[in-house]
Parts: sequence; C-alpha cells; structure tokens
Amino acid sequence: MANYSTNEFKPGLKVLLDGEPCSILENEYVKPGKGQAFNRVRLRNLNTGRTWDRTFRSGESLEGADVMDTDMEYLYTDGEFFYFMEPNTFEQHQADVKAVGETSKWLKEQDVCTVTLFNGVPLSIAPPNFVELEIVETDPGVRGDTATGGTKPARLTTGAVVRVPLFIDQGEVIRCDTRSGEYVSRVKS
Amino acid sequence: MHWQPSATLSALRARAAVLQRIRAFFVARDVLEVEVPCLDLFPNTDPNMATIEVYCDGRPHFLQTSPEYAMKRLLARDGVSIYSLGKAFRDGEISPRHNPEFTMLEWYRVGFDWQQLMQEVADLCQHCADGLAQLAAPRFHSYGELFTRYLGLDPHHATLNALRENCANVTDIGDLVLSRVECLDLLFSLAIEPHLGQQGLQFVFDYPACMAALAQVEQRSDGTPVTRRFELYFRGIELANGYQELTDAEEQSRRFAADEARRIEKDLPAYRGDPRLVAALHAGLPSCAGVALGVDRLLMALLGEQQLSAVQAFPLHRR
Repeated sequence: MANYSTNEFKPGLKVLLDGEPCSILENEYVKPGKGQAFNRVRLRNLNTGRTWDRTFRSGESLEGADVMDTDMEYLYTDGEFFYFMEPNTFEQHQADVKAVGETSKWLKEQDVCTVTLFNGVPLSIAPPNFVELEIVETDPGVRGDTATGGTKPARLTTGAVVRVPLFIDQGEVIRCDTRSGEYVSRVKS
Repeated sequence: MHWQPSATLSALRARAAVLQRIRAFFVARDVLEVEVPCLDLFPNTDPNMATIEVYCDGRPHFLQTSPEYAMKRLLARDGVSIYSLGKAFRDGEISPRHNPEFTMLEWYRVGFDWQQLMQEVADLCQHCADGLAQLAAPRFHSYGELFTRYLGLDPHHATLNALRENCANVTDIGDLVLSRVECLDLLFSLAIEPHLGQQGLQFVFDYPACMAALAQVEQRSDGTPVTRRFELYFRGIELANGYQELTDAEEQSRRFAADEARRIEKDLPAYRGDPRLVAALHAGLPSCAGVALGVDRLLMALLGEQQLSAVQAFPLHRR
C-alpha cells in the first residue's frame, strides 16, 4: 500500500497505526510561530471501534490500510462464523463473532450488508439501516389502542429486543431502524 | 467549484479599513513604507519553514517567507525605521488558521529595544481595533511563567526526560522521539497557546536560547540565557513575532550554517544562507528591533472569526 504524509490525512482515509487499521476522522495542523509543526489527528480504530487521538510531527507518514467497504448478501451462520456473499462474483467470506459483534441481532438471511474487508478478511459488518423482522415473543396485543403511546418489549427472530406499541401482536413483521434500535412501523403482509 | 469569494463584503470592508489604519499609524510615526521582492534568489534557511520554489528565467527562485532579509539590507544602508505591508508565502501551512499565501506586516524600529517595540505592537493593534473590537489593556508574561502556570514545569531547566513525560501526558505521540525544542513546541502549542489572549492582547517574552532564530541571546539576571524575542497572542492564536535583531555578521553566518546542518539532518533540501544579508550585517546593521504581524489573523481575531477564509477573499483551498 502507498504511504500517506500528514498533509494527505483527510477524513475517511484508511491507514495503519501501530498495526491497527484506522480511519481518519479529523486532522488539525498546529504550528508555533517559529518552530516544529505538528498534526493532531483523531482516528477510529476499525478493529475496536474506539476513537484514538495521536499527535504526529508534520511530514511524518503512515502506511495506507487495505480496507474496503463492499455490499454483500448475508447467507447464514453455523454458530461459529457468519457467511456473506458478493452478489456479482458469488465469492463467499466468513466473518467471525468479533467482526459481527452486536450486528448479529439484525442479520436476516438475504439482506444486503456492508462488509468492511481488511486485507481481504471481514473486519466489521454494518447491517442495512432498516430491517424487517418477525416478532417471536411479546405480550398479547391490545386491540384498538393506537393512541395511548404506551410500549412493550418484543423479541424478534434474530434475538433483538425492541420496544413496540401495545397494539402489535406476536407473529407480526415490523420494520426497525438498526442505527437507533427502534421500531419504525408495522409491515403489512 | 466556488467562483465566489469566501469573505463577506463587510469583512472585506473591515480589511480595507485595517490596511488604511496601518498605513496611517506609520505615517504618523514617521516610519517609511518600503516594498521588497516576493520573488527572490535565496530561500529561508529555517528548518521549520518550507519555502516555495518557483522557476523564473529558467532557474529556481523562491517566494519569500517574510521580507526580513531584504528589509535588513535596506536598514544596513539607510538606517531609518521602515515597514513593509505585503504578501508572504509558506509551503505546507494549510489549516483554518493558515493559508500558504498571506498578508504580512513587518517593521523595524531603529534604536528601539524589544520592549519598546512590544508596546508599539499593542498600540498598533489598538489603533486597528477601533470600532471592530474592544481590547483590554495588554498583558505580558514570560515563557517560563506560562510553563509554570499551565504545566508546573520550568522550560529552561527541566530535563529532557521530564519534558518528554509531560508531552506523553498531554497527547499520545506513539514512539516519536522528540528533541528538547520539539518538546517545548509541542507543550506550548497544545497546553498553553489555547489559553493565551482570551481576555485581550497577551505578549510572551524571554524564550529559551534554543529558539533564537534571528534574535539576540542574553543572560537574564538569574544567569539563564534567554532569547530577546516576543510573541503576541490574541484569542488563542499567535499574531506576531518580534526580535531584538541580531546585528553580528559572524553570529549570523554561524546560525545559517547551523540551519543548514539541521536541514541535512532532517533530510530537507540544504539551503545556503543569503550571502547579501551577511554582507549587509558586515557593513553594519543599526541596533534595532523588528516584528512581523499576520494581518489576516489580526483581522480574523478582531472580527471574532475562527477561520482565515472569513477574511480572505480567495483562500487557496476553499473548505
């Protein structure tokens, strides 16, 4: 991979810092009147998801990280790995539990997810912004109650638990926003 | 693509007013306006300064990082106080507070010492601020006092290890190995500078001897060698940098040589110092104090803006 100098550190650039793949978030150039210039850089460690603040001497460089976001279809899990397929090449990739993390509770077979590959191996998985999942367990629906605004917990086929309005019943399919983890609407079947 | 200027018409009016006030200020004080070349034969040798190289007449020339060398040649011949209000260029300096091309006011006062000049800088800023900002009385602090206040550290005598530990406390620098000056620069920029000038103009003086550039070095009464240099801060940013000017030609040659050695060490292009400056110093530079002030930054601070693009019509990179 190419090397990038501090003046090329733009938000979104993927670099290797201490061997960890990182995405640059911010880059601030600081220079005393007469003296050494520095760059205060905020990065996201793509392995851990944590933000990282590091100061560099201006002009230093970092190796680029071979990190690529690809849309892939989620196929299935065998308990140990999660399998994804590139829709054009049909190439399959296996992601381990660490890469999938909390995302597993939104994964529905055949949904298209964004798979971040680092050196060709899945590093993290982003689910679609909205998913439609069936409720497998919740208290019985209260007919006609669409106005009180009360909610109750509902468990979905994938294991996710979301708060839904009181009128929703077990066996219904609902639309959820995976970014906030919230119920959006009922899906008419 | 943006074809429109980034500064508002009212900011451009404030800029025009400030430029006029600067000229009126110096006319009233009998300081002569001079123009010196932006395009010249020799670059700045300072290892922390990147000079832009351009081609003219088929060979490399340099866009000047400040009018200093040429102005000192004028001082050596004519011995009168002078100012220059023009463009300066510095490569690689790009941020919301840096533009590679900027407007610099630089002036030299024959017979002044650095303390008198510091007061004149405050007067000039006050004169420019009229109607744009209210400035409290200027405050003056030594470099050492500020390190004690904000870091509990004596910058003149602290060991290199103590400085490095402090840097590691202030920010993650990984396995970067910093020199003494670099530690001081890092600590000052990150832990002190943001606090400076929040109430009004704030001057910093008595810089460590290792930060002399083209200023004189003297022993303070306690025996600590300090640089006869000051900087002005306003609203957390540096506006000006002044010196009791070095007049010793031999010392100037040594500093050029030291810069060149440091540039080679840092793998930068090795530059020969401008021999015409050394010759001018040999002929005799009058005792003087000089200062350079960033006009765009002054205007930005007076208008309470956070970015130079708010006061420059066409910054190089529109953000």
